[in-house]
Amino acid sequence: MPSAAPHPAVRPRGARRGREIARRWLLSAPALLVILVAAVGPLFVMALYSVMAKGDFGDVRFGTFSSEGWFGVFFQRDIFDDTLTLADAHLTIFWRSVVLSLQTTLAALLLGVPTAYFIATRPARSREIWLFLITIPFWTNLLIRTFAIQEVIRNEGILNGALVGLGIVDRPVQIMFTDTAILIGMVYVYLPLMVLPVYASMEKIDFRLVEAGYDLYAGRLAVLRRIILPLARPGIVAGSILVFIPSLGAYVTPRVLGGGKNMMLGNLIELQFGPGRNWPLGAAISITLMAVVMLALLVYVRNATKGGQHG
Amino acid sequence: MRWKLATGTALVLAAFAAGPASAAGDLNIYNWGDYTSPELIKKFSEVHDVKVTVTDFDSNDTALAKIRAGGHGFDIVVPSANYVPIWISEGLLLEARPDQMPNFKNVDPRWVDVAWDPGRHYTVPWQWGLTGIVVDTSLFKGEINTSAIFLDPPEELAGKINVAPEMNDVLFATIRYFGGSWCSTDKEMLKKVRDKLVEAKSKWLAMDYDIIEKFASRDYGAAYYWNGAAMRSREKNPDVRFGFPKEGYPLFMDSVAILKDAKNPENAKLFMDFIMEPENAAMISNFAKYANGIAGSEAFMSVELKTAPELNIPAEYEAAGEFLLACPPEVNEFYTRLWTDVNK
Repeated sequence: MPSAAPHPAVRPRGARRGREIARRWLLSAPALLVILVAAVGPLFVMALYSVMAKGDFGDVRFGTFSSEGWFGVFFQRDIFDDTLTLADAHLTIFWRSVVLSLQTTLAALLLGVPTAYFIATRPARSREIWLFLITIPFWTNLLIRTFAIQEVIRNEGILNGALVGLGIVDRPVQIMFTDTAILIGMVYVYLPLMVLPVYASMEKIDFRLVEAGYDLYAGRLAVLRRIILPLARPGIVAGSILVFIPSLGAYVTPRVLGGGKNMMLGNLIELQFGPGRNWPLGAAISITLMAVVMLALLVYVRNATKGGQHG
Repeated sequence: MRWKLATGTALVLAAFAAGPASAAGDLNIYNWGDYTSPELIKKFSEVHDVKVTVTDFDSNDTALAKIRAGGHGFDIVVPSANYVPIWISEGLLLEARPDQMPNFKNVDPRWVDVAWDPGRHYTVPWQWGLTGIVVDTSLFKGEINTSAIFLDPPEELAGKINVAPEMNDVLFATIRYFGGSWCSTDKEMLKKVRDKLVEAKSKWLAMDYDIIEKFASRDYGAAYYWNGAAMRSREKNPDVRFGFPKEGYPLFMDSVAILKDAKNPENAKLFMDFIMEPENAAMISNFAKYANGIAGSEAFMSVELKTAPELNIPAEYEAAGEFLLACPPEVNEFYTRLWTDVNK
């Protein structure tokens, strides 16, 4: 604070501003409180549970602190010869989930960006219809949609029936219960989450810029790369985040379409709270997952926005 | 009018005289999904003028966690055998003494002195069954009374096998396959178990629930699954047969218990007694297709159920069945890690 007394003319305005700020805080207090209780509360419970000793039949022993849960996330004593090693089972499962989520995000980008571009370049009235069509899948429960996909891709299903019927293949292609099935399911489920934000930023593009690009002898690829994609970047960033994060924790789709032979992170966490009866470990894995997501997001958003300024 | 009133009073008095079992009101049942006969519930509500609500759970651990958290509002829960001692030791169950109820005489003597509730002070049998081998015999004609079907699959079935994603059931069958005993910590044997499961898993198609539709569509050639579902699969695909693994297989029994903090304990006791009536017990089985523990209920079962080979264990395989008890915590932790290792 400067030691000089504030200018007399400034003082009342400063006081008014103070009141204004106080009023804003007061107005947002209910929302902040809800966020604090509903978002931070459960996180706090998880963090607390992760440092407790596990109860004999699930739950935790309150007041008995233990680092076993956290230790178990990263390390394990070999189940047979007791040597200490990295918890490679957990790392393998973690890696599988990350790879699948990246694939899902990439596929959603490849399918979602052209779709959003198509919608954004329609006349205003038909855009609404297209958007409406995109949101239709949200009307149905995820589990039901997943079972519907199963009906399409299983051996005696619609897709294989058509392929065999048309003589393209002579035996049904085994898609169900493979990683491809999981990918198909995940992309289907999360695609709207990519299309909507990308559309939102493409809709704002001034398409005269595209015309200007062509006038300046830019090819189609150059227009896409130098004009459309940079302008749609905020939407692409948001869409990728919206697809990547839920993919990482996906539980229903891998279980139903993948046949559950290989665990995903969601299944691993469920095992700890279920028959594994190791709640501290389950809580610690959940927090680790969140920390990794947060870190990846920070790096991604920082890089993405930096790139945006260059463009 | 006076006459009506008098009878009414007499009835109320009679009800009091018969004990505190005054009905009317609510009953909240917390049971496995697709497991409670609507017919049974309808009859109970009409006979005792009780409004019954049934809520589903999907695993013993879910049920345990939810009840332990409190504020659930349930009166009755139906845990599996191996979980009953946990519920009792955690102080969650009411000692309802079903063994002193009028219909207890109908309980098959085999199910009275059970390991998880000796003398039946807390629980009443609901349904019981086993996990065994389901095979589509149009694909494979050999011996099916063995766990080798899913652990060392014959060529005809490889790549078409579904195994129930149940840690305990799968480990149990595999441990017994190598001659071990349940809850054993014999590392040499368990190493074989792990290696065998890793190897066998490459020949499985899935580890999933719901086999009935997939046997019907012939997506599955074999499964390690529960006998009731095997019977329902056979109804949709006549080539399906059920095998009792001679090396050893897990039995289960789900039992009805009353929660200590039940809001309607009297109605819950009425329900306990009600399901020990053979005619009512038969309704349970007719719906979910598992055997119940009530002697004389066969008379009221559907013909298909009475004659189902899946529900009648042949004498030579009876000794191979064993109830899955809850292993001590350190053994359970070890088994969980082994299971994670197999499924990574």
